[in-house]
Amino acid sequence: MILVFLKLFWSFAQVGLFSFGGGMAAMPLIQSQVVDLHQWLTLTEFTDLVTIAEMTPGPIAVNAATFVGIRVAGLPGALIATFGCVLPSFLIVTLLAKVYFKFRSQPVFSGVLSGLRPAVVALIACAGVNMLLLALWGEAGLSSGFRIPDWISAVLVLGCFFVLRKWKPSPITVMLGSGVLGGAAFLIQQALN
Amino acid sequence: MKADKNVYGKLFLSSFGLSAFTFGGGYVIIPLMKRKFVEELHWLEEEEMLNFTAIAQSSPGAVAVNAAVLVGYRVAGLPGALTAVLGTILPPMIVLSVISLFYTAFRESLVVAAVLKGMRAGVVAVIADVVYTMGRGVFKEKRISSVLVMAAAFLAAWAFGVNVIFVILACGLFGALRAIADAKRGKLQ
Repeated sequence: MILVFLKLFWSFAQVGLFSFGGGMAAMPLIQSQVVDLHQWLTLTEFTDLVTIAEMTPGPIAVNAATFVGIRVAGLPGALIATFGCVLPSFLIVTLLAKVYFKFRSQPVFSGVLSGLRPAVVALIACAGVNMLLLALWGEAGLSSGFRIPDWISAVLVLGCFFVLRKWKPSPITVMLGSGVLGGAAFLIQQALN
Repeated sequence: MKADKNVYGKLFLSSFGLSAFTFGGGYVIIPLMKRKFVEELHWLEEEEMLNFTAIAQSSPGAVAVNAAVLVGYRVAGLPGALTAVLGTILPPMIVLSVISLFYTAFRESLVVAAVLKGMRAGVVAVIADVVYTMGRGVFKEKRISSVLVMAAAFLAAWAFGVNVIFVILACGLFGALRAIADAKRGKLQ
């Protein structure tokens, strides 16, 4: 049990330490720790978690730490995972606040940040592609060769993307709309089969 | 500022309220914090809040948590920082605890499963939108090396399964070296 707590703490400390740029930037790190490394969640559960995190208050990393912590080791697990993900921020930000103005003028510091920006975009894209494969072809993905994708999901993804670009509504509205329309379509499809 | 008990109470309730009503991502919380701490409570100057925003965004971790550390620390030192962070992380912890209790039972329902499957498509679109917006920002820098870094990071993580942390470390190092090279070139001219 102690080992599980240590693993939870260390995993989420890494998420806290290496996610730069806020918002979705933590998502690929969480996926790498929680799905790939420790198999605490399946890709489907992880995608559900991202959906839930987008619709509930608070940072995605804290949401994920609580969700994963509880499922792996109950409430103490949630507390330890959240503590792990907040601790690096706490230490670094306190330190950085004291020396920020010295650092900021240094080209190396802003250089590091300018190198991280494209990497963060790429990593979010990478996690997005994995979720796209999941939405269109299920857990098996394309590992067993090309198959016809789930056409309802394909239409939903394209439709939502179009709506987001065209009218810039809140992501929550889009996800809820997609949930209601898609949910109805899937249920009708099941009833017809 | 005198750090009496009242300050801690106010700090906790303010950050709790801000966090409880901030949906989707850290960038939303910054303008709300500004309204609360600068305009309503007059704990910070506008200029200070801007600096805090820059620090919160360039430090690792969640932007909302980073900003809470800064505001709390500024208002009431280390205990203040702890108070503000606690207020910020409690709402998501409570909400997600409740959700995870019901998740398994929730997932069994055919209707819920269908709705979640529909929402999954929505999330993919939301992520695609984030990538499009941020990616366009990288192209607008007009630096070939940034675009190459983006492509290389994607290939490394997706096609070759390189650990995300190594990708981040390598790109940070590249950015530092590029800045040093830029500085040297500037001096020579």
